[in-house]
Amino acid sequence: MQNHFDVILIGGGPAGLTAGIYLSRARLKTLILNEGTVGGQMVLTHEIANYPGVENINGYQLSNIMKKQAISFGCEVKSNIMIKDLVLDTTIKNVVLSDGTIYTSDSVILAPGGRSRTLNVEGEDLFKGKGISYCATCDGDFFTDKEIVVVGGGNSAFEESVSLCKYVSKATIVHQFDHFQAFQYAVDEAGNHEKINFIMESGIVAFHGNDKLESVDIKNLKTGEINNHKTDGVFIFIGYVPNTEFLTDKIKMNQWGEILVDNNMSTNIEGVYAAGDAIAKRYRQITTSVGEATIAAMAVSEYLHKRKSDI
Amino acid sequence: MLYTNLKHLETAADHAKVIGENENVMVICGRMGPMCIPVYGIAEEIENKYSHVQFFDMEFDNPESQVIRNLSEVKGFMGIPFTIYYKNGKVVKATSSIQTMEQVTSILNQEFGQLQKS
Repeated sequence: MQNHFDVILIGGGPAGLTAGIYLSRARLKTLILNEGTVGGQMVLTHEIANYPGVENINGYQLSNIMKKQAISFGCEVKSNIMIKDLVLDTTIKNVVLSDGTIYTSDSVILAPGGRSRTLNVEGEDLFKGKGISYCATCDGDFFTDKEIVVVGGGNSAFEESVSLCKYVSKATIVHQFDHFQAFQYAVDEAGNHEKINFIMESGIVAFHGNDKLESVDIKNLKTGEINNHKTDGVFIFIGYVPNTEFLTDKIKMNQWGEILVDNNMSTNIEGVYAAGDAIAKRYRQITTSVGEATIAAMAVSEYLHKRKSDI
Repeated sequence: MLYTNLKHLETAADHAKVIGENENVMVICGRMGPMCIPVYGIAEEIENKYSHVQFFDMEFDNPESQVIRNLSEVKGFMGIPFTIYYKNGKVVKATSSIQTMEQVTSILNQEFGQLQKS
């Protein structure tokens, strides 16, 4: 029974780590399984200035502190794993990893978080780091005096476009709709910038180049017309998606793939709870994930206590 | 200064020493940003498992990192981190931007040999 746990937490971001702290401190045998780097989206945040009790910290450090805190209470953490199969609708839950390891548990908290959305267009993987980027702060200076395309119509696309204009000679924002989702102040700032122009109701359908990106095909979504556009780089800011593909047909989700939970963070399956950025909710912050995970952990503790009492 | 848990290379001389004295070396040259942190995380995670490989990071904005930024193998790279794999002091592979665990371990296994099953 070495691989049997009271609770398995799927996801090691702020939600998973918080639940790990609470549950292991409650002396429940707890395992965190995380597909990427521990910390989730939080680990990628350069500066966190609004986490109560901590004046200023970067996401990497806060993630490491939370991880150490969870481990100090006895929580086991396995990161950079790959989940191959998951059985949730039985009394004993099963998680199978790609290396064949099987873990079982009496309950599960799903906290898989989210990730940046990609275009899923042919050539995107090939030119990643060779003209395609998802981070203006990281890669902006490689495009000094060059012409770039920015894809997106939300706040990130606009704020990052303005930020990239410190380096580039010209930025063309390509957006699929005839209106923007960004706040008006962001639209105004980009709209008034001399280096920024717009191609509306359009999307990139192909990337071209040899050793590095040289051009993109942009399709007018209204007319179907495709034009080749020379560019040195493409920055993609088209929002986030929940990491819930592996839960398809296993748990109740909404049309956007977000997990549906009640006030106790309980899903439609007994013994299965969820918290963090993958659940259906309006606001996505570290603090909201921490709060939801606290509720989920306490609900799980109560569920397991009741279950043991009933036996 | 990169605040990862990896060993840091601060100077070109450190870099030369490390690749000269070790058969298999992986150096991640980046910043503390969203494309680089996952790669540092992967290296931290596998460092103990791949005991036949030495893992280091080097700050991209440190002028001394020109020893990596000027490599012919990174010509055309437009995304950090630049991750360089050295065997006996020679570059055997270089990648640009974020990488997955599968991509990193696949290169390590191919260039430096498969892990022995315990």
